[in-house]
Amino acid sequence: MSLPDVKRFSHGSRVPGWDDAVDLTKDPQEIPDPATTPVPADLRAEIEHHIAKYPDRRSAAIPALAAAQRLHGWCSPEAFRQVACVMRLTPAYLVAVASFYDMLDTRPVGHKRVYVCTNISCSLRGGRKLLGDLQEAVGENVEVQVRGFECLGACDIAPMVSVDGVFVGPVDEGEVQELADQINSGADPLPAKQLIKRPSADPNANTREWDRPGTDFEQVESEIERPAPGSDPLPTEPSSFGPPMGRPDPEDEA
Amino acid sequence: MSTQQPLIFDEIDEPGLHTIEVYKRRGGYGDRLHKALTMPPEALVEELKASGLRGRGGAGFSMGMKASFMPKGTMDKYLVCNADESEPGTFKDRELMQKIPHLLIEGMIIAAHAAGANRAFIFIRGEYVQQADILDAALVEAYDAGLLGDNILGTGHSLSLAVHRGAGAYICGEETGLLDSLEGKRGNPRLKPPFPANQGLYQGPTLINNVETLATVPLIVEMGGARYAEIGAEGSTGTKLISISGNVQRPGNYEIELGMSSRDIIYGLAGGPADGREIKLWFPGGSSSPVLTKDDLDLPYDFNTLAKAGSMLGSGAIIVVDDSNSVVDVCLWLAEFYRHESCGKCTPCREGTNWTVKMLERIQSGLATPMDLDIMASVQEQIIGNCLCVLGDAMAMPVGSMVKKFRGEFEAHIEAARAANTLTGDEDAPELALLQGAVV
Repeated sequence: MSLPDVKRFSHGSRVPGWDDAVDLTKDPQEIPDPATTPVPADLRAEIEHHIAKYPDRRSAAIPALAAAQRLHGWCSPEAFRQVACVMRLTPAYLVAVASFYDMLDTRPVGHKRVYVCTNISCSLRGGRKLLGDLQEAVGENVEVQVRGFECLGACDIAPMVSVDGVFVGPVDEGEVQELADQINSGADPLPAKQLIKRPSADPNANTREWDRPGTDFEQVESEIERPAPGSDPLPTEPSSFGPPMGRPDPEDEA
Repeated sequence: MSTQQPLIFDEIDEPGLHTIEVYKRRGGYGDRLHKALTMPPEALVEELKASGLRGRGGAGFSMGMKASFMPKGTMDKYLVCNADESEPGTFKDRELMQKIPHLLIEGMIIAAHAAGANRAFIFIRGEYVQQADILDAALVEAYDAGLLGDNILGTGHSLSLAVHRGAGAYICGEETGLLDSLEGKRGNPRLKPPFPANQGLYQGPTLINNVETLATVPLIVEMGGARYAEIGAEGSTGTKLISISGNVQRPGNYEIELGMSSRDIIYGLAGGPADGREIKLWFPGGSSSPVLTKDDLDLPYDFNTLAKAGSMLGSGAIIVVDDSNSVVDVCLWLAEFYRHESCGKCTPCREGTNWTVKMLERIQSGLATPMDLDIMASVQEQIIGNCLCVLGDAMAMPVGSMVKKFRGEFEAHIEAARAANTLTGDEDAPELALLQGAVV
């Protein structure tokens, strides 16, 4: 029989961090002082770019934390301080947000994020075995984290793996070692099995064979003008940008 | 099989369709956009109502009705596109955004006009990195072409549109959880009412729609609401993108006319299970829908029929499970997902999902008694309807339906696993104590 994977700390709790030391004499952290908190210029620029996209600066919390995580590898205390400094929020606010989301890591982990889907559709096609096999094949590599993840929205290529956002699948048993080597060396993962090259499954969708999908993805890739992270278009603040609260709408008067 | 030509997936693999150039050549951003923007918003809402378009995200609420709930007057109003698509088994919006992003943008321009909103966001799940990149590139093109920003096509309307990337949480697909997440908070759902149409994003009136719903809007404007309503079935008009996955030979996205027979979809389009296998159960609308069995395969696939059969069309994601799988395993995988994704705000969901997993683990490992099955079923009943959002219900409904329809298999498994379990006879076994939840 197989024992379910029940991990407990010695006092019975499953909550990580329950025995981290807490200094009760310290004051709560305040908004970091810009004078004493160095923030890399690129990170500051990207966070400010995100803040400008929203009417309320707090909306930029998740994109800003994602940017900091890209820089630091995980949401480290330093990353929280830097984001908090630029966003003028307390680090505690940001920790509360980051701890909610699966893609933001508040513990030091490998910065190369490999997610293996373990939801129903992938499990039906061997996703759970793939997770174990891939973890074993990747081996000890502090730069890589291979973890099971909830449905990644690619059940058509089950069982599938997301390597830093590149979806590949279906991953056959014979390809696990190849994929692991590509992950460890930083190479393009299973180029022939990437989701973005896949043609539509619907026989009625296309009246003729387009030569695009599945054949020459480099050409497709070059067609996509990929903006660098954080350089997505900024919504302009137009003159007619939402009538201010309490003032009459010019359209209503007309 | 249906003869309806695909509307959204029409020539979807044409090279360069994700660029504005090819999209415009096919009539995008053309007369229909101009026509929509010069119509009064009320007429546009009427057109949507006439089309009978129902929300494609899961709840199936009339899009036109939803838009008509937006208050008139002077306030900041918002349009939000729900591209979180985290319902297990659903991947239609991914293909749509990746291959024809401008259809979504055009739909949002029109919907924003109908709703009186001039600020819009696309909330895309953080896992869809490549799709978000493609959307960003499409936004650059649309801004450059004067289709977003100030004075769109010289009609005096303005719309500011931005892509917001999430960070991995199923609950952010729930509309109020999404709004909290978009405001930069933990994605906890809110109490309703007030509904988002009254108090949504930043407390302003907000129209939230699924990607596919918004992408259908330009097509409705082009063909007219009445013509669109002729497609599909009574009460379920139009075409629908469906995602088929699990034990089928050709998993993928298909565009069907609503009302098509489920058997034609699963066996005809997707090829059915592998040779020699039979369908044991299938989820008609994502993992949150109560399961159906092979006896239900002749049901027409539309909103009302599936609701009458005790399930739902949901997001249009069919997951097929064949007879090589144990229903206990499927049930446990499902419950584990909801336990992980429960946000923890409401007790019935937080505790109910957790205890369901524990009970299923016991059933699986042979530590359960037949009585546990009834306890588990009663937990499901206590979750349904007792929480702010339907995440708990989304576990309780399929788990409850599986216990009901496959009770014999559950009971047989309990007996077989008990007999095989060497621990149950040894009361002092430490593993047994651990499995029973003891603190060691």
